[in-house]
Amino acid sequence: MKDKKTMTYMDSVHRDGRIWNISMMILLLLFPVVVGLCFKAGPDWAGVGLGLLATAPMYWAVGVVEVITFIPMLGAGGSYLSFVTGNISNLKLPCAINALENAKVDSKSEEGEIISTIAIAVSSIVTTVIIALGVLLIVPLQPILEAPVLKPAFDQMLPALFGALGVALISKNWKLAIAPVVLMLALFVFVPALDSGMVGIMVPVGVLFTILTSRILYKKGLI
Amino acid sequence: MEFNVNHPILFVLVGIIIAAVLGQSVYFLLKSVKRAKTINMSSALVKKTIITAAIFTIAPAIAIVITVISLSQSLGIALPWLRLSVVGSLSYEAIAAANAASGMGTTLAELAGNINASQYLTISIVMTVSIMVGIWLVPVIAKKYQSGLMTFENKDKKWSDILQNSLFIGMISAFVGFVFCDVSRLWSESARVVESTNNITGEEVVTVYSATSGLIPVLVMVTSALAMCLCGLLINKLKWKWVNDYALPICMIIGMAVAIPVTAWLA
Repeated sequence: MKDKKTMTYMDSVHRDGRIWNISMMILLLLFPVVVGLCFKAGPDWAGVGLGLLATAPMYWAVGVVEVITFIPMLGAGGSYLSFVTGNISNLKLPCAINALENAKVDSKSEEGEIISTIAIAVSSIVTTVIIALGVLLIVPLQPILEAPVLKPAFDQMLPALFGALGVALISKNWKLAIAPVVLMLALFVFVPALDSGMVGIMVPVGVLFTILTSRILYKKGLI
Repeated sequence: MEFNVNHPILFVLVGIIIAAVLGQSVYFLLKSVKRAKTINMSSALVKKTIITAAIFTIAPAIAIVITVISLSQSLGIALPWLRLSVVGSLSYEAIAAANAASGMGTTLAELAGNINASQYLTISIVMTVSIMVGIWLVPVIAKKYQSGLMTFENKDKKWSDILQNSLFIGMISAFVGFVFCDVSRLWSESARVVESTNNITGEEVVTVYSATSGLIPVLVMVTSALAMCLCGLLINKLKWKWVNDYALPICMIIGMAVAIPVTAWLA
C-alpha cells in the first residue's frame, strides 16, 4: 500500500471512495436490522425471497452494466458519489456533462475529474436538502406538487432535459450521433416492447452501438 | 414499542443515514475544491460550476419529492425519504416495493394504514438489497478499470477522445429514442390501449390514449432543443456569455412549461 506522500490525488479519491461506499453499504443494511430490534420483529423471509427473485436479477444485471458504462463518464469521485445517491441517468450524469461542457475541460483530465465531482456533489447535496424540505413541508406542499395542472410538466421532465442536452452534444459530434440516433428511433418507434420503462436498459445498448460505429468511422478515416 | 410507519424512531434512523450521505457529498465537494486550488484551477470556474449544478438540480429534485409523496401513502414518509435520498431512482422504488408486497401475497394499497413491522422490514430489505450493486461494485472495480482506460488512452489519444464522446452520445441517443416510444399511437390502434399494473394499488389498469398523445414528449423535446439553439445564438452572436451557465436549466424549464398546454391540446 502507498503511503500518504507517494499517494496521488486519484489514489486518495479511490481510497476515500472505498471507505465511504463500504461504510454506506453497512449503514444501509443496518437499517432493517435496527428497525427489527427496536420493534422486536423479523422479516417475512418467504416474502423477502419472492420479492428479491422478482426484483433483484434484473436490477443487479442493470447495475453491473451501469457501473461499467457510467464510470468513464462520471469520473472516480463522481462514480463513488453517484452510486450512493442514485438518480444517475436522469440527474447526476446530465449535471456532470453540463458542467464539463460549460467548463470546456477534457472529461478524462484531472480538471475534468474535479469539475465532474464538484457538480455531482453539489447536485447530491441540493437533492438531499430539497427532499428533506419536501418531507418537512409535506402537508402544505402535497396539494401544490400533485396539482393536476403541474403534472404534465413533471411527466415531461426527461424529454425537456434531453432535448436541450441532446442538441448541445449532438451538434458537436453529429457524425458519431447519426447511426445510434437512427437505430434508437427505429427501435423505440417500431418495437412495441420498448416502452418508457426500458430506457435504462437501452442506454448500454446505445453506448455499445455508438462505440462500434465510431470505431468503424475512425478506422475508415471519416472522423 | 408499537410500530407505525411514521414512528419517530424511523425518522431518527433515516436522518442518521441521510446525514452520512450528506457528509459524503460535502467531503468529496471539499476535497475537489481543495484540489482545484492546489492545481491552480480558476476559483471563478469552481464557483460557477457549483452555482450551475445547484440551479440545474432543483426541478429534478422536486420531481423526486413527488415520488416520495406518492410512496408515502402506503409506506409512510420515512422509508420513501430514505430510499429516494440513497441509491434510489424514480422508476425503481415503486416497482421494488410492489414486488416485495406481492411476495407477501398482498399489495401496497392493502398495506396502506395497517402495515406491520414484519411487512415493513420485508419491503425495506427487498428495496435495499435489490439496488445495492453499484455501491459495492464501484469500490471493487473503479480503480483498476480507470487505470486500464488510462493505459488505453496513452496508446491512442485520438481514439480515446472519440471513445469518450461515444459514451455520451450513446446515452443521449437512448433517451432521444425513448422520447419517440409512443409515436406509434398515431397509426397503431393497439398502441393506444395500454394495460398496466398500478404499483401502489396493485390494480390492473387499462388506459386508452389519444392518437396524438405520443407526440407530447416529442414536441417538448423539440421545444427545449430549439430553446437551446436560441441560447447558442445569444451566446455567440450577442456575446451574452452568462447565458451559457444557465442554458440547460432554463431550456429544461421552458420545455416543462410548454408540456402543460401541449398536453391539454394533444392528450
